Amino acid sequence: MNQAVDKLTIDDFTSDQEVRWCPGCGDYAILKTIQKLMPELGKTRESQVFVSGIGCSSRFPYYMNTYGFHTIHGRAPSIATGVKLANPELDVWVITGDGDALSIGGNHTMHALRRNVDLTILLFNNEIYGLTKGQYSPTSKVGTRSPSTPEGSVDRPLSPCAIALGAGAPFVARSIDTEMKHLSAVITEAHTHQGASFVEILQNCPIYNDGIFEQVKDKKIAPDFRLEVEHGKPLLFGKDKNRGIRLNLEKLALEVVTLGEGAELADVLVHDQTNLAQAQLIAAMQSPDFPTAVGILYHKPVSAYVADLSDQRLKLREKRGAGDLGKLLRTGHTWQVK
Amino acid sequence: MEEAVTPAQAAHAEHTVDSIVVRFAGDSGDGMQLTGANFTDDTALFGNDLSTFPDFPAEIRAPAGSTFGVSAFQIYFGSDDITTSGDAIDVLVAMNPAALVTNLGEVVPGGLIIVDTGAFNEKNLNKAKYDVSPLEDGSLDAYRVLEIDIQSQVIAAVEPYNLGHKNSLRCKNMWTLGLVLWLFGRDKQATVENLQKKFASKPDVAGANIAALNAGHAYGETAELPSGIEVYKVPRAKMTPGLYRDINGTTGLAWGLLAGGQLADIDLLFASYPITPASSLLHTLAARKEFDVTTFQAEDEIAAVCAAVGASFAGSLGITSSAGPGIALKMEAISLAVSAELPLVVINTQRGGPSTGLPTKTEQSDLLQAVYGRHGDTPLPVLAASTPADCFDVAIEAVRIATRYMTPVMLLSDGYIANASEPWMIPDMAGYAPFPVTFCTEQEGFSPSNRDPETLARVWAKPGTLGLEHRVGGIEKSYSTGNISYDPDNHQKMTDTRKAKVDGISRDIPEQQVALGNATGKLAVVGWGSTFGAIHQGVKRCRQEGLDVSHIHIRYLSPFPANLQALLCGFDKVLVPEMNTGQLVKILRSEFLIDAVPLNKVSGQPFKIREIINAVKAEMAGS
Ligand code: SF4
Repeated sequence: MNQAVDKLTIDDFTSDQEVRWCPGCGDYAILKTIQKLMPELGKTRESQVFVSGIGCSSRFPYYMNTYGFHTIHGRAPSIATGVKLANPELDVWVITGDGDALSIGGNHTMHALRRNVDLTILLFNNEIYGLTKGQYSPTSKVGTRSPSTPEGSVDRPLSPCAIALGAGAPFVARSIDTEMKHLSAVITEAHTHQGASFVEILQNCPIYNDGIFEQVKDKKIAPDFRLEVEHGKPLLFGKDKNRGIRLNLEKLALEVVTLGEGAELADVLVHDQTNLAQAQLIAAMQSPDFPTAVGILYHKPVSAYVADLSDQRLKLREKRGAGDLGKLLRTGHTWQVK
Repeated sequence: MEEAVTPAQAAHAEHTVDSIVVRFAGDSGDGMQLTGANFTDDTALFGNDLSTFPDFPAEIRAPAGSTFGVSAFQIYFGSDDITTSGDAIDVLVAMNPAALVTNLGEVVPGGLIIVDTGAFNEKNLNKAKYDVSPLEDGSLDAYRVLEIDIQSQVIAAVEPYNLGHKNSLRCKNMWTLGLVLWLFGRDKQATVENLQKKFASKPDVAGANIAALNAGHAYGETAELPSGIEVYKVPRAKMTPGLYRDINGTTGLAWGLLAGGQLADIDLLFASYPITPASSLLHTLAARKEFDVTTFQAEDEIAAVCAAVGASFAGSLGITSSAGPGIALKMEAISLAVSAELPLVVINTQRGGPSTGLPTKTEQSDLLQAVYGRHGDTPLPVLAASTPADCFDVAIEAVRIATRYMTPVMLLSDGYIANASEPWMIPDMAGYAPFPVTFCTEQEGFSPSNRDPETLARVWAKPGTLGLEHRVGGIEKSYSTGNISYDPDNHQKMTDTRKAKVDGISRDIPEQQVALGNATGKLAVVGWGSTFGAIHQGVKRCRQEGLDVSHIHIRYLSPFPANLQALLCGFDKVLVPEMNTGQLVKILRSEFLIDAVPLNKVSGQPFKIREIINAVKAEMAGS
């Protein structure tokens, strides 16, 4: 029904479809967060389009009472690019997973980011193939035992955020499925950003890869394993916020220091979300040597593809006028037969 | 060596022919395409019907003088209707030994060969693998050979322009064109104007080229040409009065898509990935953004078709284009569009296959791929263009069917049609009935599964429309709600509905006509796509000899026109020439249980008219 944008509620964004993820799946929390967030974004329902590929996470669009397109494995960024090209007024979201976006669809993810298409790409990373029953994925840690790797995987995983940064994404962030406040804040920024935004969401799959993110999720231990980055703030973590990240200039590498033990606050690196080199270092931090960074790792707007294309067209139209088919057919050499 | 005759004899000898094939062949850098294009303009202006075909080397920058670097342009023109670029060469212009050796096999005995002796030096002869110059060993005795040191003639002609040796030699092609224009009694004014326009910013270059053109022409008039070299007279053709232009298949498709978009009142998104010989369609549309078309060069074939599908979901018409291998990559997404019931136009400019095959050569071997080559039961309409001009109308028809039936449409062209060109009477767009799309806006009773009861097309509700928020996807959907459904009966019903929708298109397309001949008889030659020209001429000549043969050419390959089966059953025999190992013939046999006979050619070359004639005669003799 016709409803003012400021009156919309979570119910308006909840479809009538029964949610079919496994009990306890991290996807539930993400869905709830986004449904709850939508009214706060101040956009109409009809202007929101959720495009997904294939996988557990890709069922997402069915549960949103907006426009949605559940497509084919790995291709959501390309289909979303087509949607955006056809109608730049729409807010286009891509919901994808680690296998979808980084294995079968790696090329499309890379190019949507490189091209800087104005899409909000949310990658639910559970480090496993859920829908096909638990095979290891391109983000699975070495040694992951799965039906296709009974002795444990031997190939090394890739880091979604490092890939996104390498592909030239102007907005790269990481968050956690069950951290509603953090996730909401990150997605709000990602959505506001004009151009491609990429958010990796650490998502628990209790069925096939349970507990892999416990270190960053368990309230008791998380402070020691999770670093919440904030632009302009020092990179501190630990229960007492007494540990920090320092740049070792000689090695051109990061290291963990403890304040008062040979290091002081001034030694700790201050997060600059516009610094690509720093973002790459922070994105690559992983346990056991480092805490996992969450938050907006990189944000530096550059001109966006679809807008630039529209500009080109407008300029061309000013010069040539709107296309006239009758004239076009008569361009070049013509002759009259009597 | 030919006997010398007096200039007067040479100048006045005239030879009238109905039609003639001229091929300009030279090094990639010799400007043969430009020469051919200008000769075409002058010939069209003269009033002949014509058909042309450029033959580019596969390599981008082949070494000068090499056989694989030969670039050629063929034109077939005459006083009767011309529908192919010709069987055999009557006049060959060979700018170097490589051009001679690669084209000689196609010259008719007694044909005229014009060679630039200046290029027949040892180095070039070696590159063409000649031990002895063919001009000296009698190997060209079966032909009439006109040997001219074109290089020195050109140097002398353009001397006043001080272009230097290298740049002067670049006017060689215009000198040669001047001579050939004289040979056929054509006016050179159109070429002069073309050159002035082309080199408007370089008056010296324009002047030198025009001087070379004039010198070549004057050479024909005044030089002592050997006997047997006479001016050809090719009378004007009877053509329907109107304004004409030259059109090739690529341009025909591009403009047809733009026209289709206007008739449907819809924006186009053309998404493509570079591939030979389909890329030129992307280039042509990319240069026309003043129209309501956005072009998108995707990262791969799959992304291209997916972007097109996304655009269609969002309310534009998505179009993608490729050649066979690229179409293979797109198939999964095409099936998604079938499942989600979204419009899509997929253009396949076929080339020699399988795999990389013969990228610059033509073939029709993707018909089965188009009709059947997807997973699941995935019917979609398939259309084929038969000539460069036909591309315009077929593209409009593809847009019409895709948007009216909410379905992907496969449009088959090929490497021959894409590059070949012919005169085209510019159509009056007022003669085309518009077919505007209707987007759903009505909230009352809306479901994404709603269908038009007549066409069975699913409703098109584009994102951005208030109150019509809905989800589509590749999972089977409930016939009544559009929501995910794994119900067995529902899948049966949806599969049946998708098939019935596409089958029903046969009621919305013209009945199959007979292109030439009677509607019943002894033999029907049934073709599709670019074999039109050769079949048409072959059947025509057989009919002139009194044979009871007809030509039927199928544009709608899936579904077939409703009357096709009855039509074919009216003939004792059906012969199906195709540039593949027998694909349409297989479909006709399986659909209609008729004993259709194949005629196949997969050499990368179009059918010759005489190959059709021979096959027709063999069939008639066997009956
Ligand atoms: S398999 Fe894992 S990711 Fe998939 S729905 Fe179940 S819990 Fe969630």
